[in-house]
Amino acid sequence: MIRLADIEKSFDGQKVLKRVSLAVREGSVTALIGPSGSGKSTLLRCVNLLEIPEAGELVIGEAAVRFTGRALDREAVRRIRRQTGMMFQNFQLFPHRTALGNVMESLVVVLKWPEDKARARALELLEKVGLAHKVDAWPAQLSGGQQQRVAIARALASSPSVLLCDEPTSALDPELSLEVVEVLAQLAREGTTMLIATHDLRLAARVAQDAMLLDAGEVVESGPAAQLFACPRHERTARFIATLGHPVIAV
Amino acid sequence: MPHWLQLMLDSLAPLLWAGLVFTVPLTLLSFAFGLSLGFLTALARLYGPRPLVAVARFYVWIIRGTPLLVQLFVIFYGLPSVGILLDAFPAALIGFTLNVGAYSSEIVRAVIASIPKGQWEASYSIGMSWWQALRRTVLPQAARTAVPPLSNTFISLVKDTSLAAAVTVPELFQAAQRIVATTYEPLIIYIEAALIYLALSSVLSVLQDRLERRLARSSGLSPEGA
Ligand SMILES: Nc1ncnc2c1ncn2[C@@H]1O[C@H](COP(=O)(O)OP(=O)(O)O)[C@@H](O)[C@H]1O
Ligand SMILES: [Mg+2]
Repeated sequence: MIRLADIEKSFDGQKVLKRVSLAVREGSVTALIGPSGSGKSTLLRCVNLLEIPEAGELVIGEAAVRFTGRALDREAVRRIRRQTGMMFQNFQLFPHRTALGNVMESLVVVLKWPEDKARARALELLEKVGLAHKVDAWPAQLSGGQQQRVAIARALASSPSVLLCDEPTSALDPELSLEVVEVLAQLAREGTTMLIATHDLRLAARVAQDAMLLDAGEVVESGPAAQLFACPRHERTARFIATLGHPVIAV
Repeated sequence: MPHWLQLMLDSLAPLLWAGLVFTVPLTLLSFAFGLSLGFLTALARLYGPRPLVAVARFYVWIIRGTPLLVQLFVIFYGLPSVGILLDAFPAALIGFTLNVGAYSSEIVRAVIASIPKGQWEASYSIGMSWWQALRRTVLPQAARTAVPPLSNTFISLVKDTSLAAAVTVPELFQAAQRIVATTYEPLIIYIEAALIYLALSSVLSVLQDRLERRLARSSGLSPEGA
């Protein structure tokens, strides 16, 4: 279970998140939607403390942090990061490491696993994302979809309790994004807890049980994904969803 | 055998010896120490507390803004008047180290700063500390971009060590001067010395090329695409 309460974040005096609260049940997937600049990425980055909110509270499993505007101690940051995995819009694989090296990195460097145990785990994960045949490839030799799948494996390597995905398909052609959607859907079926910022209604409808609409740093509406996409309660939600084209609602 | 060739052959041994005993060690040591100093200076400027940033900037400003020959003179001829007496070789070593440190710190700083912020964030997101991210993610990538400019610094250094002759280090160029003093054949001997410097820097260029290729291979990019 992850829970954010009354999160506030500003950049240069501009409030970007205004008392945002959100809970993601264990084993469920929440889609975070909203116009560009509404604060989706910032909210995700607050969950693994790439951004430190000025106020509010964050609970992930056993780890809890209360933000007071003061610097956090390193141990608290480490505890939270140990429980989160993140995927970036533009993948951010380590270009100087092979697919296998990318996935092994956290196991060897952060968790200090022995090399062979880390390799076995990484191979297993790469197989799971359908890249068993590409383990020795360099990121530069992989398609965008393949790179993003390596990024999924990398994010899952140290068994985080939540996977944060920042527009995981928006840098990909529709065709390539499909293979990423497939993998995320598979993970969702297996009970991976995920928080996904996306513009891709196909992804959101396919993978998420819950959805939340952010606009200008505020939560406009949240609830079951199917309901929010099909019959939104708020006019702002309806307008935003209309701009995305017609969703395919999975039943 | 023509006279000039005979002269060159006769002076080859003392010249090579001076190069081997003084020029090469002076170059290697001051590059190694200078690069370490440059690395620390770059980190100080990028991530250090404000006073340290100021110190690092001051150091780079002084070294880059004054002639190397003058720096060597200050260290070797100047410092004794405040009680710091150095032998010629250590004095030259300090001078060249400070010099390489200042120039390479600018290179190291630029290549570290050129690594996208996303790479740091990806490292943090898998749980790395700042130091782990620097060591495992940023520096290996920065090293690749740093090879050509640092090689330039290295090759310049080989040639600049001839300035050590002016502070009495008996290196290659000074050996040449001594031979000229007895043979009165400046053209032939100085050309010979120049050829030895040329050979040394050519070897370094070849090594640079190999290193670049190897680094490019270890990321799946062809050298041209890197
Ligand atoms: N590092 C930053 N510095 C200053 N402003 C930022 C920074 N990151 C995001 N912002 C601003 O915060 C707002 C929300 O951005 P973001 O979270 O990226 O939105 P979204 O992901 O929904 O497009 C935008 O106005 C953006 O310009
Ligand atoms: Mg965004």
